[in-house]
Amino acid sequence: MIHILRNRILKGVVTRHIEPGLSRQIESAGPELKLLIRKRFGRSLHIRQLDSGSCGACESEIAAANNPIYDLGRFGINFVASPRHADALLVTGPVSKNMCLALKKTYESMPEPKFVITAGDCALNGGIFKDSYYVEGAVGNILPVVLHIPGCPPSPLVIIQSLLSFLQKGA
Amino acid sequence: MDSSEVIAGIKNKIPGFNALSVSRDYPDEITIKVRAQDFKDTCLLLHKILPSSVMMLFACDERGDSAKFVINSVFLNLKKSQWIIVSMDIPQDDPCFDSLAKSVYSASLFEREIREMFGIEPKGNPDLRRLRLHDEVCPPDNFPLRKDFQKMDPGQLSEYKFDRVEGVGVFEVPVGPVHAGIIGPGHFRFSVAGEPIINLEIRLGFTHRGVEKIFEGKPCRNAVRLSECVSGDSSFAHSLAFTQAAEKIFGVSVPAQAAYLRAIFLELERMYNHVNDIGGIALDVGFSFPAAYASIIKESMLQLNDKLTGSRYLKNVNTVGGVLTGIDETKKQMLLRSLKSLKKDFSELTKILYSSVSFMDRVDTTGLLRRKTAEDLGAVGLSARACGIPMDLRKYFSGVYKEAGFKMALQESGDVLARLRIRVLEFEESCRLIEEFARKLNKDGEITSELKPRGGSALGYSEGWRGPVLYWLKTDPTGQIRRCKVVDPSFFNWQGLSYAVLGNIIPDFPLCNKSFDLSYSGNDL
Repeated sequence: MIHILRNRILKGVVTRHIEPGLSRQIESAGPELKLLIRKRFGRSLHIRQLDSGSCGACESEIAAANNPIYDLGRFGINFVASPRHADALLVTGPVSKNMCLALKKTYESMPEPKFVITAGDCALNGGIFKDSYYVEGAVGNILPVVLHIPGCPPSPLVIIQSLLSFLQKGA
Repeated sequence: MDSSEVIAGIKNKIPGFNALSVSRDYPDEITIKVRAQDFKDTCLLLHKILPSSVMMLFACDERGDSAKFVINSVFLNLKKSQWIIVSMDIPQDDPCFDSLAKSVYSASLFEREIREMFGIEPKGNPDLRRLRLHDEVCPPDNFPLRKDFQKMDPGQLSEYKFDRVEGVGVFEVPVGPVHAGIIGPGHFRFSVAGEPIINLEIRLGFTHRGVEKIFEGKPCRNAVRLSECVSGDSSFAHSLAFTQAAEKIFGVSVPAQAAYLRAIFLELERMYNHVNDIGGIALDVGFSFPAAYASIIKESMLQLNDKLTGSRYLKNVNTVGGVLTGIDETKKQMLLRSLKSLKKDFSELTKILYSSVSFMDRVDTTGLLRRKTAEDLGAVGLSARACGIPMDLRKYFSGVYKEAGFKMALQESGDVLARLRIRVLEFEESCRLIEEFARKLNKDGEITSELKPRGGSALGYSEGWRGPVLYWLKTDPTGQIRRCKVVDPSFFNWQGLSYAVLGNIIPDFPLCNKSFDLSYSGNDL
């Protein structure tokens, strides 16, 4: 316990400002966004992540966006365990044939209104795997995708920025 | 042991044994070509006398050149730091061979893989279910790794048959493929009687993308990017094993500077993954402070990777013949400074964990994998070292590790705590190794070698953070890939997980799972 307390005091707040130039823009957008999310999604935007055959790097970066340094939660964006709790589906990977059914079922079990986001180059068009015999290719051919977050893998900053600017645009 | 000794050893036990050919193309690789009828006995014998589990067993489609399939089986001779490849031809009009699975369990999954990908029947294998081409999606008689495969043919779909435990009070709990966290997809079917798990069947293959087929026809240099995407958290270990195989074929030796750089990057990858898992283990017992603490350390390591190489996951760093990014004096100083503060943070983290009685109580004796089971399954890497199997390629194929005085971490108990301790020890050792290697860097040294593509085949390997990553590569004279067989350590160790959870309760499954932290995509390919 003593370690924990000492560490808590010594470490202080680690949460990072999102780049000096952008930070003002995004962090000032914070309250506005919170308001927006509160209005539109009933307090907070809940995202369900689904791996349709990615290599795991995108997952690692999405998890990193939730760590204390980037702390996506402070904008009211949370990752949830069940599609039934989700407003948005975040899909990574090039859609392996084995995951096609699970992808559709996950989307179907989400309550309306709902939307789909893709992250990573594979999810856009199959990326490096697009010529494979076992890859369905773009998530967009299967589900209606409204936002793509580019990168291999997209860094946590890119993920946060894309999500925030998308939500602002939608306002 | 040179090749003649191996042959003498085999002849000693199998009278009348006659190898068709024996070659030693590389100092660390012996290839023994045998008649199809001798293949099984030779493999069983090598398994016993080395001793070694089946490290790889795979087929190649050579019907275009010589009207036959070739099957290679790879064994590891740790004492002599050598790989022994046993090879046989199979006629194309009767594609079958005698199964090893009943005598050597570690061959079992490989045989199933050969059957589904090539349509070569392992006669006598008791379990012929497909691993990656799911019965619900892919009709039978599609063999994607055959050279004449074009696209999926339609056919009758069927259903996968799970092993079932029946009896009064036995419940089945299916989980997945979509899990509650931000992780990969896999299906777990638990059979429980009361609280304890009495059987776990793991069905994987959900992230199958046909990686081995995509490798084919690519020039080696372009394929490095693909090897990085086989398993995203081991991208450097994979690209290292791949480039090493290509370098062996092309006869290139990597400049000394590049060898040190590669070792540094490999250790960095190990460190960020180990600390991630330590945090994950803490999180899965509900101890969130150290979990958050570990994720801060991981993030600072990823940022360090980014500053050193321009990639948080060390992608685009390796190339055939060397590395693309060097570490200059300023970067080196930054690396050493960061290591110092990482070490301090890390020791705080371990102090918090080790001094929490309730945490230690949860991880001690949980998820026990016994040494005998691990040996039978052919478990490798971290999970094997945690149950007392001294196996680390960095020790036995040492290269630059020898001069740095590498010390292998070893634990005996085989539970979650042992795997945690291995991670802690390896993290600290990696810190020390990187400091050693960084001292050897000088700014003027070459970091890439010129290369001339050639035809041939070779085995590349690296000790990634999960365990040995193996690539067997065959190229044509222009350096294009004919066949690339990838084995990620997860392929062996998923089996270990299904034994480690027995007797535990389902709520402890995430903890056991995280303590192995196996790759879905590396297994599914």
